[in-house]
Order: sequence, then C-alpha cells, then structure tokens
Amino acid sequence: MNPQHLKYSQNHEWIRDDGVVFVVGITDYAVEQLGDITYIELPEVGLDVAQDDDVASIESVKAASEVYAPVGGRVAQINQRLLDQPEIVNKSPYEDGWFFKLEDIERAEFDALMSASEYESYLKEQ
Amino acid sequence: MELIFEKTRSGRRGVTLDPLDVPEAPLPAELLRGDPAPLPEVSELDVVRHFTHLSQRNFGVDSNFYPLGSCTMKYNPKMAEAVAANAGFRDLHPHLATTPAGYACCQGAFEVIYETERLLAGISGMREVSLQPIAGAHGELTGVLLIAAYHRDKGHRKDTIIIPDSAHGTNPASAAIAGFKVLQVPSAPDGTIHLDSFRKVLNENVAGVMLTCPNTHGLFEPEVRKIADLAHQADALLYYDGANLNAIIGQCRPGDLGFDVMHFNLHKTFATPHGMGGPGSGPVGVGDKLAPYLPGPRVVKVDSANRSAGIPPASYKLATPEKSIGRIAPFFGNFMIALRAYAYILALGGDGLREVSRHAVLNANYLLARLKQAYKPAFPSGFMHECVLTLSDFASELDVHAIDVAKALLDRGFHAPTVYFPLTVKESMMIEPTETESKLTLDAFADALLEIAKLARQNPQALHEAPQHLPVGRLDEVKAARELNCTYI
Repeated sequence: MNPQHLKYSQNHEWIRDDGVVFVVGITDYAVEQLGDITYIELPEVGLDVAQDDDVASIESVKAASEVYAPVGGRVAQINQRLLDQPEIVNKSPYEDGWFFKLEDIERAEFDALMSASEYESYLKEQ
Repeated sequence: MELIFEKTRSGRRGVTLDPLDVPEAPLPAELLRGDPAPLPEVSELDVVRHFTHLSQRNFGVDSNFYPLGSCTMKYNPKMAEAVAANAGFRDLHPHLATTPAGYACCQGAFEVIYETERLLAGISGMREVSLQPIAGAHGELTGVLLIAAYHRDKGHRKDTIIIPDSAHGTNPASAAIAGFKVLQVPSAPDGTIHLDSFRKVLNENVAGVMLTCPNTHGLFEPEVRKIADLAHQADALLYYDGANLNAIIGQCRPGDLGFDVMHFNLHKTFATPHGMGGPGSGPVGVGDKLAPYLPGPRVVKVDSANRSAGIPPASYKLATPEKSIGRIAPFFGNFMIALRAYAYILALGGDGLREVSRHAVLNANYLLARLKQAYKPAFPSGFMHECVLTLSDFASELDVHAIDVAKALLDRGFHAPTVYFPLTVKESMMIEPTETESKLTLDAFADALLEIAKLARQNPQALHEAPQHLPVGRLDEVKAARELNCTYI
C-alpha cells in the first residue's frame, strides 16, 4: 500500500511535506518494476530543478532509469547512504530509501500532485 | 573448472624461442621490471586443452538455437568464411593503399568496397553508402554527426533529436554524444507512434528523428510516411535504425519511405559473425541531402578515359568529399566483415534476400501462433520478424518472472530470448527466430516454452532454481554489477 500522507507523481515518485523541506523518493511500484538496484546517482546539493527535470539516476539488473523532480525547487540534502547501499531503496522505499530533499518548492505543483488513492487508480491503468 | 593461472606448474613453457643469432642488446635498467611478470606457466598442450574446453562451454548459433530478440542471430554461412579466407584479401596490409606501388594491389579490395556500397544503396534506396563505421552504434553516431554537419552547413540552429520510447538505448546515447538533447515520443497502446503524439514533440529546434522500423516492439510503423513528411516540413532529417532491416529487406526500402540517413548492421541482416567480439560493421547510408558530408576517404570509380597507365591500370581511387565530416574509423572500416556481407548478398541475390525477410516474418509468427495458448502477446497484432510477449500475469499470479523462464530455457538447450527489453513492456520476452531455423527447431523451442508454462503452475520453485544442468547455476546479477572484478591477480 502507498502511504496516505504522501503525494505522488505520474513518474512514480513520492514527495512528503516535512515542513521546511520536502522529501522525495520512488514508489513501491517503481521499485518492483526495477528489480534489484545496483547503482544510484544523486544530484548536487544546491541544484535548482524544475518539475520533471531528471535529477537522479538508477541502475538495476533489468534497466537504467531516471528519477524526476516531482516539483520545482532546490536540492537541500541528498541521501548519501544510497551511494554505497542502493539496496536500501529495495528494502525501504518510503522511509530509509528516500533520494533527496527539496526546499523552496513550487507550492502549486505540489498541490496538483496525486493523492494516495488517486495514485492507486492511476496504477490500475498502467 | 580451473583458471589458466591455477594450472601453472613452475618452469613449464608453451613456447620455444629460436636461438639468438644477432648481438644481444641490453635493455636500459630503468625499463626492466623488478619481479618477473606473474604469467601462467603452462605447456602448449595445457593451453590448447584449456581453451578448447572453454570453447565447448560456449553457446553459439553454430551449436544451438539463439532467438535473441532485436539481435538477429542468424546462421553465418561458411561460404562467406571461405571467401574471407582467400589469401588475396586476408593478407592485404591496410597500409598498402597509402603507398603508390601498393595502390595497384588494392584494386580488388577497392572493388569489393565500391560494389558492396552500391549493393547496400540499392537494397536501402539510399544514394550513397560508407562502410567506415565499425559497429551498429558507431553507424548511428556517424549518422547523427552527418545530421549535425548538414544543419551547421545550412546555418540552422537546432539542438534536439526526437526518439520514441521504444528505441534501442544506443539511439539516445548516439544523439547525446553528438551534443543533441533528446526528446522522447511515447508509443500508443498498440505499440506504434501515433501522429498526434509526434506532432506534440515536433518543433523548429528538432534536427532529426530516429526511428526503428519495424520498431523494437516488432511492429511496422504505419504512419512512417506521414512522420517523414511532418519531419521534413520542420526541416528535420529522418534517421532509420537498421537493427530490424531483416524484417523488410527486399520488400520495401527506407529511402522510399522518406528516410534521409540510416545504418545497416552487417552482423545482423547480412549474416556476418556477431556478438561478443564481432567484429561488427555498421555502414551508414544517406540520401541526396547528406551525401556531401559522408566520411572519407571514399573509394570512387575512375572514368576509363582517365585511367592511369600503371600495371594493372587503376580502376578505383580514393577521394574525400569536400564537406566530409572526415574519418570516423581507421583505414576502411572492418573490411573483412564487409567482404563476407558482399559474398552473402551476391550468393542470395535479390530473390534470395526477399525470401530472407518472408521467412523471418513467417517464423516469428509461427512461434507466436504456437505460444499464444500459454503466453500473452504484448500487442494485439502486427508482429513482423520478432514477437514480444508479456509475462506480467505469470509474475503477479505465480511469482514467476521473465528471468525465471529465460533461465529454464537454458536448461533445455536453447539460448534465452531477450528479456526486460523493450522497456515499455512489463516482464517482456522478445523472440526473434530469424529465417535460418527449420520448423523442427521452432517446434522444439515452442514445446519447451509450453512445458515451462505448465511447470510455472505446477512447481514454480523449480523455475526459480533454474538452471540446474549447466556449468554454473543462477548467477548473482547484483553482485556481478556492483562488485565486478575480472582480474585474477
């Protein structure tokens, strides 16, 4: 199940409002499609991103793929642990496996993202 | 099995050097290593047996069926090997062409290059062909560089290449290496590109559009002519990725469909050796717009009136087009591979090549018809030389994934089809039998896949544990990707 308190993008990222910063990761569905993750590349802290920019990349045993910014903003922090232990994303996509945190985000873009139930219906169409 | 290093016995040697018959010249001390190189110490027979045993564990199209989708692993006829073994070709030194006396000795090789380029131009409907690129992706890069040269020459400022989401990963890589931005166009649910989605991404910054046709879903793009017209209206050039040329060879020509530039994979369509060391060959073909920019030097025919008085008189010479993008490979590309393709084309002739594509399409559709009872096609209809299945139901209902079915096929003596490509299809399995397989082989393969589908319901664990009957069992792909170490020492 996808946690209720998160917002979701069509590219299968989740984003969580932590007050000052917004935490971004990939959904359980995305993890399942990728299979075992072997490498992760993360952006530089301080990078300004627009919505749907590719900001991180993932390599798995099946494919290489991008992580897109679900909203515009600035990268405030990255999850360094993923660089050495990408398998954390497979184990805990919604908690320990977060990718990066954004600040100064585009609020309207955040509000327009899908809720957990909307994301569930979106997945059914996939 | 033991590695060659583990077979070492101190003092064993596999070579005997001739006695020194010239004065010994000592090497400067600073160039000498302190410790002897840790090379294997083995006899000639040890080496022969070691590598013979390794080769017996190899899996190739000469030993088994190899239906690797998108790769066209067809049989390489030995007739072409015999032609390539001819000493007149085999012993030619590539530098001969650069010496005045040697030039005359290269006329036969030049004729092969010239005639192969003409044959490929005729097959593809392109005006000119260059054999220089030495692999498919190298041909792509060359093609994109030609597109860039054209726009630069015309003073256009264009920075984008459109590529469908079903493309080979090499397409966006080639465009990016040539300095372009990549815009993706999504496929419709039927697996092809619809004009509306193409119109949405097309704009005046688009320098080119790279299509594979049939595409990597195995489907012919029905709107290809209209896509060509729209691209040309925006002054963008249309690139044909020749990966799937085997499906249409002798039936239709990329040049007639509106393509401006393309590459051929001689190691796919024209039956030259393929995979894991090739060497490959990815000639690039161009229409009128791009011909002035082709890589050089090119082999050109000398008018009989202007022939030199040499012995023999030169019929061919080298010339570089004025606006050429220059050399993109040393010498003349992989000449010996082009030579095999030349032999193959001449041996089959036009009628034979038409039979190639007819049988390639027939074989793929025969397999699909047999497999349909147990496996779901990824798209409703229209498969040409390869068919794409989706095993998503196996995954969700039985926890059996495409990789498990692939590994189980290895146990049954077949090379696995391509899995997890195309990326647009979940749990995809892409089967390309090629024209060279008999109905007997196709039936044996279909029987194996149907038996595996039954096993998936009865005993899925058996599939998770496959393969069981090969020198190695299920390999740890994560470890291989993350901790790759190919060195012994």
